[in-house]
Amino acid sequence: MIQVEGLTKYYDDFCAVDRIDFAIQKGEIIGLLGPNGAGKTTTLRMLTGYFKPTAGQVKIKDFDLQDDIVAIKQLIGYLPESAPLYPGMLVYDYLDYVASIRKLTGDAKAERLHRLVDLCGLQGIMHKTIGELSKGLKQRVGLAHAMMSDPEILILDEPTSGLDPNQIVEIRDIIREIGREKTVILSTHILSEAEATCDRIVIIHRGRIVADDRTENLKQSGSHTRRIHLALQNADPADAIATLSTIDGITATASPAPDTNGILNLALTCRGTDDPRPAVYTAIKATDWVLVEFVQQTKNLETIFRELTKEN
Amino acid sequence: MHQVSHIMGKELKDFFISPIAYIVISVFLLVTGWLFFSTFFVFNQADMRNFFNLLPMTFAFVVPAITMRLFAEELNTGSYEILLTLPVTFREIIVGKFLAGVVFVSAILVPTLVYPVFIAMMGELDWGPVIGGYAGAVMLGAAFTAIGLFASALTRNQIIAFIMGAVICFALTTMDRMLFFFPTPILNVVNYLGASSHFQNVAKGIIDSRDILYFLSLVFLGLYAAHLAMQEKK
Repeated sequence: MIQVEGLTKYYDDFCAVDRIDFAIQKGEIIGLLGPNGAGKTTTLRMLTGYFKPTAGQVKIKDFDLQDDIVAIKQLIGYLPESAPLYPGMLVYDYLDYVASIRKLTGDAKAERLHRLVDLCGLQGIMHKTIGELSKGLKQRVGLAHAMMSDPEILILDEPTSGLDPNQIVEIRDIIREIGREKTVILSTHILSEAEATCDRIVIIHRGRIVADDRTENLKQSGSHTRRIHLALQNADPADAIATLSTIDGITATASPAPDTNGILNLALTCRGTDDPRPAVYTAIKATDWVLVEFVQQTKNLETIFRELTKEN
Repeated sequence: MHQVSHIMGKELKDFFISPIAYIVISVFLLVTGWLFFSTFFVFNQADMRNFFNLLPMTFAFVVPAITMRLFAEELNTGSYEILLTLPVTFREIIVGKFLAGVVFVSAILVPTLVYPVFIAMMGELDWGPVIGGYAGAVMLGAAFTAIGLFASALTRNQIIAFIMGAVICFALTTMDRMLFFFPTPILNVVNYLGASSHFQNVAKGIIDSRDILYFLSLVFLGLYAAHLAMQEKK
């Protein structure tokens, strides 16, 4: 669907994006992650044809970005960062204008507008000026703008910034819904969001791709330390640590005393590739402690992100 | 072509929504009306020559004030990114904005149509030069709109866009009155480049291909320069 080879962008002497390659299949939801200034927005802007790459090739379907830019723009729905819409226009006028530019007319236009109003929750704000909308509402109008032509590729630059938690969940659902048939590329710096929404994650740092993998693979990569969280009732901290530390490869740390409900929280760090969980369970079963929580924590994306993008 | 009309429609709507447009119309009508009628009764002649004599000078300031927002505002709010990622070409954007500007400049001339009607009631008005004058005004307006559009594409600051546009238009307007500054060999060229004399020719009712060609080339140059400015921004 999308093929990018050696994509590079220089702003004068500063290299914002440095020879990146990736390919995106149809129906994938890709999360572009990276610290501020990593080159996420620049990459997206080059994909949408807003910026001209200094070097490199972008092919979308069978079109080349240099030669068939209008054909490519027809395939792509794009929401730029912070939705810079015309502040003086009414929401309805704006969406109507975009629909016309997207070559929708008559009934098809009316139907599409109705559909988008429902999908993006724009009821009651159609007659307002865009300038007086809150950031979240503006973001929704921008989303409606991007989805106007039911595009095959949807590119969203920080789609959930400025939204409240409920709206974030809604937008995520919308993106997931669209992602079933369409290709979605979104950039974000909220890791949990990428984790929850994206099939695949590309991490960019200083203009280069430092990781590119399916979300679940990425979470399992890295070193082989497991972390297990335990909560026990009726247990004494020192006792618990002593018992659990006898298991091979486990270091246990506990909160100094049980909390007000009499629950003791423990964190186990395990080295080695063997699964220590059966051994832990057997050890606890032999005592009179009550096991209330037993969770293996997969290495979260945050740690991986920090490892890959920390400044040396 | 459809895309051009959509862009033009949107820009026109914006013109009539924004308060700046009405301020510019009021200032234009006040200045031209006052300058024209303050001497009108002194000369005691039923013609509009004085009105059309002053028009290039007022247009040199009014038209850039109208066109200054066309690109600068989009660059400033960032909506330029949205515009450029919609399936339209640079050419369609430029022509759409240009046509919207020309329509608006023509629209501000409409209220002044009461002058000839009013004068015709008081005396014998020769309608030929009046029609020529308005035709010339639209051509001059189109040329200045193209220049203003170019100035607007250069910067995200509307005030800078206005000043640059006004300076170019003012220079073109006054050029043929500054001939004594130029060396003899290039006098003819400079004289040809001045906008006033071409406008006055049309306003006298003389339709000469040279004058029309002059305005057309100004429009083309302005739009082409705007195209280059847009390309540079990528």
